[in-house]
Amino acid sequence: MKLLRFFSRPQSAPAARERLQVLLAHERVAVGDSDLLTKLRDEILRAISKHMQIDDERVTIRMERGAQVSTLAVDIEIPFDKDKKAA
Amino acid sequence: MGKVIVVTSGKGGVGKTTSSAALGAALARNGEKVVVVDFDVGLRNLDLIMGAERRVVYDLINVIQGEAKLAQALIRDKRLETLYLLPASQTRDKDNLTAEGVETVIAALKQSFDWVICDSPAGIERGATLAMRHADVAIVVTNPEVSSVRDSDRIIGLLDSKTLMAEQGERMEKHLLLTRYDPARAERGDMLKVDDVLEILSIPLLGIVPESMDVLRASNVGSPVTLSDERSAPAIAYFDAARRLRGELLPVTIPGEKRGFFGKLFGRKAA
Repeated sequence: MKLLRFFSRPQSAPAARERLQVLLAHERVAVGDSDLLTKLRDEILRAISKHMQIDDERVTIRMERGAQVSTLAVDIEIPFDKDKKAA
Repeated sequence: MGKVIVVTSGKGGVGKTTSSAALGAALARNGEKVVVVDFDVGLRNLDLIMGAERRVVYDLINVIQGEAKLAQALIRDKRLETLYLLPASQTRDKDNLTAEGVETVIAALKQSFDWVICDSPAGIERGATLAMRHADVAIVVTNPEVSSVRDSDRIIGLLDSKTLMAEQGERMEKHLLLTRYDPARAERGDMLKVDDVLEILSIPLLGIVPESMDVLRASNVGSPVTLSDERSAPAIAYFDAARRLRGELLPVTIPGEKRGFFGKLFGRKAA
């Protein structure tokens, strides 16, 4: 049983190699204390907060760094003031 | 109110991060809420071992400096929904880790998690002392090798003097986790035996994790060994250690050692 498990498992080293390549590619381009995704995150938040009050608790930011494509998803709950009439 | 555990060792490379991730996942498997906190500022690796390295947005330093809320920095595991990771900063310096900041973060985590596992950096400097500072329980990870045992002894001294519990005159609960144990080499007399290490350090044994390819394989794919291959020998050792942490009295077996019926009956006393 143990022997079977040993032979049937795929190699894990290629996965390690690929994960490291992606990670290090992102870490090496990091200038100062932030990489591109981190800079974007900060600038997007700054831009939005210029126009409205954002509640820190209502902001969700997710990143997924990939080899070819990285994604940055910023979810901001914009409060809707129903007492305010449109101008 | 959650329990705070520090996983520490003094020496590097003995398996602190591997053990933090494996125990965290083992505890979370039961539905308990677990957060594993990386204290190795500047050289984080817990994210990589847990397979979340591409998803780090904010880190412990961001939270301490008020640049992010705790909830924003926590990363939920993709496999276990009760398992969370709080990554360390890779780019900042460890001086950003302040005693007050750590205290606030740990206090907040204790409110919403059953277990707060602090993965200590190697050494005895700021990161390591702050990781152990607020702990209720310490897990001392040791390899059956002279330099590791010596460093563990030093760490035990720090746990008994530099922690909040020690300063309040209480005695911290300490457990020994013997990792990378090779029963064949110990049998041949080429490696310190379990009893040798226990006699020198004289703290109760939490578990013995055998040296195994499965640990390397798990780190390659970015999964705690208790999730990637739960029937492997190291995973079983970590699951048993997690049960002992919960207070179960479970005799510790030495991996690879064949025990007779009476041997099993009168097994080693658990931690």
